[in-house]
Amino acid sequence: MSTTSRITAAALAAAAGVTALAGCGTGSGDSADAKTVTLVSHDSFNASKSVLAAFEKESGYKVRVIRGGDAGEAVNKAILSKDNPQGDVFFGIDNTLLSRGLNAGLFTPYKAKGLDSVPADLQLDKDAHRVTPLDYGDICVNYDRAYFTQHKLAPPQTFDDLLKPQYKGLLVTENSATSSPGLAFQLGTIATHGGGGGWPDYWKKLKANGVEVVNSWEQAYNERFSGSAAGKSKGDKPLVVSYASSPPAEVMGKKPAPKEAPTGVATGTCFRQIEFGALLKGAKNEKGGKALLDFLLTKTFQEDMPLQMFVNPARKDAKVPDLFTRYGTAIDKPTTLAPETITKNRDQWIKQWSSLVLK
Amino acid sequence: MVLARSEVARTHRRGPARATAVRLGLMAVPLAFFALFFAYPVAAIVGRGLNDGGQWQLGRFGAVLGDPDVLHVLWFTLWQAAASTALTLLVALPGAYVFARFDFPGKQLLRAAVAVPFVLPTVVVGAAFLALVGRGGLLDHLWGVRLDTSVWAILLAHVFFNYAVVVRTVGGLWAQLDPRQEEAARVLGAGRFAAWRKVTLPALGPAVAAAALMVFLFTFTSFGVVQILGGPTFSTLEVEIYRQTADFLDLPTAAVLTLIQFAAVLGLLALHAWTVRRRETALRLVDASRTARRPSGPAQWALLWGTLAVIAVLLVLPLAVLVERSFAGPDGYGLVFYRTLSSAASADSTFAVAPLDALWNSLAYGVAATAIALLIGGLAAAALTRSRPRSGPDGRTPMVTRLLRGFDGLLMLPLGVSAVTVGFGFLITLDEPPLDLRSSWWLVPLAQALVGVPFVIRTMLPVLRAVDSRLREAAAVLGASPWQVWREVDLPMVRRALLIAAGFAFAVSLGEFGATVFIARPDQPTLPVAVTRLLGRAGEFNYGQAMALSTILMVVCAGALLALERIRLQPRTGSAGGAPIDHSGEF
Repeated sequence: MSTTSRITAAALAAAAGVTALAGCGTGSGDSADAKTVTLVSHDSFNASKSVLAAFEKESGYKVRVIRGGDAGEAVNKAILSKDNPQGDVFFGIDNTLLSRGLNAGLFTPYKAKGLDSVPADLQLDKDAHRVTPLDYGDICVNYDRAYFTQHKLAPPQTFDDLLKPQYKGLLVTENSATSSPGLAFQLGTIATHGGGGGWPDYWKKLKANGVEVVNSWEQAYNERFSGSAAGKSKGDKPLVVSYASSPPAEVMGKKPAPKEAPTGVATGTCFRQIEFGALLKGAKNEKGGKALLDFLLTKTFQEDMPLQMFVNPARKDAKVPDLFTRYGTAIDKPTTLAPETITKNRDQWIKQWSSLVLK
Repeated sequence: MVLARSEVARTHRRGPARATAVRLGLMAVPLAFFALFFAYPVAAIVGRGLNDGGQWQLGRFGAVLGDPDVLHVLWFTLWQAAASTALTLLVALPGAYVFARFDFPGKQLLRAAVAVPFVLPTVVVGAAFLALVGRGGLLDHLWGVRLDTSVWAILLAHVFFNYAVVVRTVGGLWAQLDPRQEEAARVLGAGRFAAWRKVTLPALGPAVAAAALMVFLFTFTSFGVVQILGGPTFSTLEVEIYRQTADFLDLPTAAVLTLIQFAAVLGLLALHAWTVRRRETALRLVDASRTARRPSGPAQWALLWGTLAVIAVLLVLPLAVLVERSFAGPDGYGLVFYRTLSSAASADSTFAVAPLDALWNSLAYGVAATAIALLIGGLAAAALTRSRPRSGPDGRTPMVTRLLRGFDGLLMLPLGVSAVTVGFGFLITLDEPPLDLRSSWWLVPLAQALVGVPFVIRTMLPVLRAVDSRLREAAAVLGASPWQVWREVDLPMVRRALLIAAGFAFAVSLGEFGATVFIARPDQPTLPVAVTRLLGRAGEFNYGQAMALSTILMVVCAGALLALERIRLQPRTGSAGGAPIDHSGEF
């Protein structure tokens, strides 16, 4: 009995001490403070300091950013803590996970200012306004220009091209179960070849044509892809599943600026990812959250995004940096799937894919 | 005079009860820390997975264990851990001997260098290994050898990480075994091998077992190495727990897998505690500095050079490749990646947090985590010291002693439990004021301290136990309070161990990645996190900067460990007679 009470007392003392300490830390856990607005996001979230400072000055709110792992992890964390959310606004739930978030009832509807400037095909929740489209990006097969010039071979352009014998053994992709580009590529093949027997058939052929699977984008792109400067062009695969924005990234920091990016994009192999922001249900600072959400859709923020996160702004009137227009490729007809379809089949598709391709 | 004697008598009578009270008091803070920041979050997340609306879903065990995919994961986890442990022992035991018995120039530097991999984050090591054994890596370039996505890459990386565990644990004891015992056996007619087998091996056995169990524990719960270096067909239990939790949000399956891993880790720790106790049984130990000598004869020179070659190829080469890549700029070798690291700090660049700022974050977190780990680990070690295995009058181990032994193992548990489980547990438990730590700055050092505490305990405990308890008793009899006893008797003797423990906790915190990356945190990434982010982006500069940051991290870790070696080497003062037993920095 005495031991138990002693431990309890000590635990309380420790808790009090830790809380006192926490209060001294930078950015104390005081989100009820109406002067602070908290943005919950994934690890890829970035914004220029000056852009966030402009919002802080204009609105009078201080912005706190909490990053919670990769995109999937951040969404799952938001779902786990939905009764007591970590912040006011969530940034970065994409169309592959959107239904999971909507079904969990994570968000409070709010129609952000500036939504009229966003193309209709990005507005996947346009009647309820639970989420606001903020940016988009495409997952596509990238190719190493030098390899294809050297071998006097035209790079592939479509999913069906990848099955052709001249591209045998050239493609490396990522594990659908562990990598979001890998999953997006699989979803792209499902969108083009059908959710029934079509896509497994396609993958059987792709496997027969020597597709190689690795666990992560880092490994696929940095180590295996012959076109990435990071691998010092020692990789052995001239085709890789990556982003449509990867070619501009390859040029960044290069002096003098080259005429074209060393890598290109197979425009017929793209799957579109749209990222959304939303007001978290139970937000402690709802007013500030609304202001922040509005801000994320302003031209200031939207034009800052491309070089910060390597995505395209959702606003059609946002100016895209030279790096993107000069070295990037606009994707006209990306594949896509309804979020509900993805959520309903996702786990089963990944399982099926694993036993088909990895075994 | 009479008064004084009665005073002594009273102290003696009150002694045992008072000692128990002190022990329990010392335990309270570490226990509270452990309960609050480990047991409660883990129990909550596992409970959330297995309890559906008040109903315990124990049927999930059958379902999960009946899944052939899960069985495959279990089999691979066990298999690769056993293979990694065997390979590590095979490679590192000769190394342990060389470090224990031979004197050669640069030995202390090398001893510190082999420990560097142990505290490096797996992302860095993964990048280094890929640069070495991956496609287009050095081996590929020279001989067309590619080992990435093969099980060999995993096993080699595990040897790389755990070499120091064996060298320090086994070598540390080996250096203190009196060589004259073996010589005596040979004088009495035993052959060289027989003498070694009969005299040295039994003495070393427990240390070898303890090291092997630690290596097995670390490789059994391997996450980053398998994720980064293994192909998509390889998955350990730890990787599967992460996938089920973070990717699929399948908490029931994750909970079952967590409990399976938990049971395995508990078993391993119990075995380890048992071997450690056996290791601490009386051996004739001598000062380590007196047993080492220069190698003589071709066999010994060959062994020394062989060991150095193994260290060069297996430990130094991967790190050298990393350094090489950090200097290999677009226009030949230079400091261009390092320069862009610091210039990014001032500009309004693509990184909201400049990569170099991550170094300061890491250092600040490291200092805070070290302070917490020293406090918690130090108190725990102090409590455990007073629990020398002593039998009661009825020949049984007293309850309190057994309790404390369990407590010892308990604080080792965080080493073997999935960081994603702890992280998600934090999220759903430490979420209410006054303990809403989810976005507090302190969350990271607290989580890192959880991993640092076992190292502090392991370093402090043997040294504290070596303090002659009669000194304490004498001080107590003379009227010193427990606090005074500690300050006047224990502290002067353990100051060195305390410094070593601090260094270890600091280095572990610098390299700590698992917990740091999984818990929500404010906009203050650590070095390993910044490296991961850079590696996750395309472009030569991001990759080069990742290599440069990794190199900086490596140098800081190596610096901390070298400083430790210097402290270790200082002559010990105030040794209370008998042989100085030094287990510091070992498992």
